[in-house]
Amino acid sequence: MKIELRAVGPVVLVVGVLLAVWYAAAVWLNAPQVIERLNGVGNPWGAHDLVAATWSMERPVLPAPHQIVADWWLSVFGTDLDSPRSLVFHAAVTLSATLLGFALGMVLGVLIAIGVVHSRVLDRGLLPWIIASQTIPILAIAPMVVVVLGSLGYPPLVSKAVISMYLCFFPVAIGMVKGLRSPEVLQLDLMRTWSASTAQQLVKLRLPAAVPFLFASAKIAIATSLIGAIVGELPTGAQAGLGARLLSGSYFGQTIQIWSALLMASLLGVALVAAVGCVQRAVGRLMGAAAA
Amino acid sequence: MLPLGGMARSAKGAPLSQPAVQAKNLSLVFETPDGPVTALSAVDLTIERGEFVSFIGPSGCGKTTLMRAIADLERPTSGSLTVNGVSPGEARLGRAYGYVFQAAALYPWRNVLRNVILPLEIMGLSAGERQARAVKQLELVGLTGFEKKFPWQLSGGMQQRVSIARALAFEPKLLLMDEPFGALDEITRDHLNDQLLRLWERTGKTVVFVTHSISEAVFLSNRIVVMSPRPGRIIEVIESRLPAGRGLDVRESVAFAEIAQRVRAALRSGHSYED
Repeated sequence: MKIELRAVGPVVLVVGVLLAVWYAAAVWLNAPQVIERLNGVGNPWGAHDLVAATWSMERPVLPAPHQIVADWWLSVFGTDLDSPRSLVFHAAVTLSATLLGFALGMVLGVLIAIGVVHSRVLDRGLLPWIIASQTIPILAIAPMVVVVLGSLGYPPLVSKAVISMYLCFFPVAIGMVKGLRSPEVLQLDLMRTWSASTAQQLVKLRLPAAVPFLFASAKIAIATSLIGAIVGELPTGAQAGLGARLLSGSYFGQTIQIWSALLMASLLGVALVAAVGCVQRAVGRLMGAAAA
Repeated sequence: MLPLGGMARSAKGAPLSQPAVQAKNLSLVFETPDGPVTALSAVDLTIERGEFVSFIGPSGCGKTTLMRAIADLERPTSGSLTVNGVSPGEARLGRAYGYVFQAAALYPWRNVLRNVILPLEIMGLSAGERQARAVKQLELVGLTGFEKKFPWQLSGGMQQRVSIARALAFEPKLLLMDEPFGALDEITRDHLNDQLLRLWERTGKTVVFVTHSISEAVFLSNRIVVMSPRPGRIIEVIESRLPAGRGLDVRESVAFAEIAQRVRAALRSGHSYED
């Protein structure tokens, strides 16, 4: 029990401090509007009225945490799944683009890494372009991808997935290049004494050796893939998805809606990274990793 | 040049045809940023089939380089080198070598059995054949019952035995061992030396063995190639005629001490430890 308390204690403390700061900030940021309104009504008001009002506004500058949680709860559990107000529905739309983009990015990243490791030309010629590609802001590229792929008749899912792929192939490619080059000289020499073909060397040595690197990259990639999917929903004025929810929230000044969509997005991101971690542990067990 | 001794003997006493390894005037120069380094200079050596030959000498004498050249892991600069009558490259493609390194270099994601099976997979043997051979080799090195363990669950000595089983699995004609027991404690080392000698006597393979240890070389080999650095070269080849079926206690014998003394004298004559 003591150990548990010791482990949980710091977390509770940090969360407590953060919440306290947040509530204080909500009072500070929302106070000007509230004061204006209270003065307009004309009745005398005290500090208690001020604080209560700043924490319960309909369109606050900064909503209080309990307002966000309440809206999130209502949008997730208190709304029909097919309703446009359901966060589960929006999350599912974004999730499908995220997963498709992640899968494409993993495949592309691994293929690029295999090419780079085996070909001097690709190593010298391709890698600089890949790095350059990541210096272009995704916000500049996203609308073009959406417009081009849209005019070719692809559904929004595909254009969002392509944007996700564009973001997440990079960490995968970089991680896998390192991973595919990670086998020791002796392990490579052994392959040579057995006259293994390049393909056998790849499948039996380089790829298994790269697995830990792949998972480290995959955790970054799935998080950036989610960001890519959300960003991909912004320029289209999409009707569905967490990005669309954010956008409509900002059109109509629905700050609470924005924050609850953000909460949903971060929960989704945490869940996705955790899912990759689960797969990593399962694969690790199969590959004889020491029980941690 | 070097007197290579009389008739070489195989462990099984089989008649010998083409030598397992033949080097004539072999040189190997590494190009380094500090200029060329002569790793091997005018090496002449013939290893007959079934022999157990050790290369001994201080660091930088080219013993590992010579072995790597035999295994086609390094390319000689000049001279000729044949393995079973063909070039090292052809011999490698014909899978003539089993190589055991100083480190076991097991693949950590494969269990013991699958590590031994790996070269057999690469050769394209059927699943049943792979399994049967690997089980047999693991029995040979005394690791039956450890098939499902992963490398990290084994001691250093056991890992090295797995790597020996792996090297033997595809039944190479030539077993190349580069200080295979160098990283192990002396007790384990003695034990593995004894086992290796038994293995050699049973299989009759040609073994080339690189070592720093005089007593290890004398105990195991029927010929000891003494090498010296700068430039790497052979100074003497010493015949050892210790009795077959010898145990570790042969190291207390007069004959053993005499051969060890000759090796020590040869090493000294190479001025190998003075500079």
